[in-house]
Amino acid sequence: MELDSSQSVADALRTVGYLPDARIAQVVYLAAHLGKPILVEGPAGVGKTELAKALAAVTGRELVRLQCYEGLDEAKALYEWNYKKQLLRIQADEDHEWSEIEQDIFSEEFLLERPLLRAIRSEKPAILLIDEVDRVEVETEALLLEVLSDFQVSIPELGTIAASSIPMVLLTSNNTRELSEALKRRCLFLHIDYPDPEREQEILEARVPGLSAHLAEQIARVARSVRNLDLKKSPSVSETIDWARTLLALAVDQVDEDVLADTLHVLLKYQTDIETAAKELTAPAR
Amino acid sequence: MIATLTGFIDELRDVGVPVSMVEAIDAMRAVESLDLVDKVALRETLRATLIKNLRHERAFDTAFDVYFSSLPAPLPDHPELADDPVGQPSSTAPPEGDFDLDDLLQSLLDALQSSDSDGLRAGAQRAVDRLAGMEPGRPVGGTYYLYRTLRRLDMTRLEERLMEAMAEGRELSEFDQRLLREDIASRLEELKRQLEEEIRRRLVADRGREAVARTLRRPMIEDVDLMHATTAELAEMEAAIGPLTRKLAARLARRRKRRSGRLDFRKTVRRSLATGGVPVDPQFRHPRPHRPEVWLVCDISGSMATFSRFTLQFTHAMSSQFSRLRSFAFVDTVDEVSDFFGPGIDFGSALHRITTEAEVVWMDGHSDYGNTFETFLNRYGRQITPRTTIIITGDARNNYRPTREQALADIAKKARAVIWLNPEPTSYWDTGDSTMSEYAAHCDSVHEVRTLAQLESFVEGLTFPRARVF
Repeated sequence: MELDSSQSVADALRTVGYLPDARIAQVVYLAAHLGKPILVEGPAGVGKTELAKALAAVTGRELVRLQCYEGLDEAKALYEWNYKKQLLRIQADEDHEWSEIEQDIFSEEFLLERPLLRAIRSEKPAILLIDEVDRVEVETEALLLEVLSDFQVSIPELGTIAASSIPMVLLTSNNTRELSEALKRRCLFLHIDYPDPEREQEILEARVPGLSAHLAEQIARVARSVRNLDLKKSPSVSETIDWARTLLALAVDQVDEDVLADTLHVLLKYQTDIETAAKELTAPAR
Repeated sequence: MIATLTGFIDELRDVGVPVSMVEAIDAMRAVESLDLVDKVALRETLRATLIKNLRHERAFDTAFDVYFSSLPAPLPDHPELADDPVGQPSSTAPPEGDFDLDDLLQSLLDALQSSDSDGLRAGAQRAVDRLAGMEPGRPVGGTYYLYRTLRRLDMTRLEERLMEAMAEGRELSEFDQRLLREDIASRLEELKRQLEEEIRRRLVADRGREAVARTLRRPMIEDVDLMHATTAELAEMEAAIGPLTRKLAARLARRRKRRSGRLDFRKTVRRSLATGGVPVDPQFRHPRPHRPEVWLVCDISGSMATFSRFTLQFTHAMSSQFSRLRSFAFVDTVDEVSDFFGPGIDFGSALHRITTEAEVVWMDGHSDYGNTFETFLNRYGRQITPRTTIIITGDARNNYRPTREQALADIAKKARAVIWLNPEPTSYWDTGDSTMSEYAAHCDSVHEVRTLAQLESFVEGLTFPRARVF
């Protein structure tokens, strides 16, 4: 599918059940147009990772995912030499000259691809998802820079491997720390916030089959109300979807105080949050 | 277009948003492919290419309104309003006679109720036309006109009427009422935004972009003075604190990357057997990861009200990062408040309990640093270890009472480090009843932390002396 205008991006994403707002559609279109990575930031559970999956589904491309964590290194992100195979190779022809073998064992045959290398070497353009990039140390971030701006990987023994296809790159961040300027400069910035009630209602209707429009509207409005409270963790979109499923299973057709009090634990995960919300929302106003 | 865009980027840089050359070029390239009539697309394109930090969005939106407001706002559904010359401020306020406020209110109500954004924009234009009473050439920001318009529209009345209209005569439960009220609030917020945009558009048409942009400049959130922050600004800062505390936690717990452990003699000898007894490869003990112990001591007296709310918020955020964080609050005596910040306790109730339950007032409720430090030493002094880092926040305004700096000196001798964060500008220190330098002599470092940016640079630059050895 062609992503040649923000409208076509929006339409395409809708076909796979991801409902983008104007901002998301515009930035995705730009990224496809300019060939730049997108840095997606926002609270947990607003559909950052989901966006990458939806894009993969829309374009029919392979989704290559690199989950970041503290201690991630080159060998896990870029490439690694398959030293066991190299050893076998050395032992296999002992009578050869060393220079021949050396040529041989540092060839692509002995290279183990890790996500970043795999994404740029893929014949068909891939979708590269670098998830929770804020979890890696600042030093490791530098590993990404070459891939993100020039789409190439330098391997000392082999030289520079250029991309055979330009992947579409999405980086997600929960903003636990400030990313380096160098990384941000190379990306388009997309902040996804909780959806407004109208959009959340649409999402609910798309994701929860059998949910009536009336109930979806009520759920979306209650969700906004709960997010307005001062909570430790506001309900994410996936949690409102869970809540909608729960209400559907309980055959509720009208959200009121009692229903809310009984099912609040689906929406909120901390006891103190549940208490606050129950006190604020279900108690009669003083 | 290029001229407008460079002007816009210059304005962003002037308010302190860092925009690099590469980003500016990206923005230009991105804009080339755009249909310029689509203002939403333009806004999002520029936002994605130029703004890389959520904190800069407010500045971006203001500047965008100013620089791109002269773009036509198409109103296809309301041809009767299109004869208003767009972008031309009505230089003289039209006479009140031929204007029907009720009619305007009714059309606004209709637009609000049906979430008709074109109708709302048209209504906002009419309202600004008739109610703002804008005078050309007057060098004021838009806020003045906005409040004038809002007052004449009578927002409270509008809210009530909207409430009535949307309830449709049904009897609403408390819960439904609450939901409805929030719904209405967000719709009215949208109206307010439209009005503001309209006013800015006219101001720009009147006085030019640069002049308007200058009057609208507000300090970036990281540069707002903590002592004089508004509630809204505080809320914005609180959102920014999270990452900062994580950074501080990482700073305090940082392990040395080098092999700093002591030589492990046995291991070295054992390893040397492989090389015929020559210790080629010395082995070291693994350095034990440093587990930081942080004590925060906060002045929560009246003069520090805004700042202490902020420091307590900071403490609250820190308590989720450190298992061994203790916090203390003081006015003229000191009490431990660590338990008020336990896991799963939200900030609001913690603050409430501190102000009601903690025994921080001994005499008259004016800051007394001398007595505080003495009490602190007597009560908690034994528990201070060479691993303890003590962070004191306060303005060191002692109300001309004895400083008893020996107490602080004794505390400092026991602790790993004593750090003082003062929310006053350095030039105010030691003026009036401030006793900063007397205390500073016993601190490992003293920092002026007046803004979020300063707090951030304090955290970034934090280095510690090694644990003291006796």
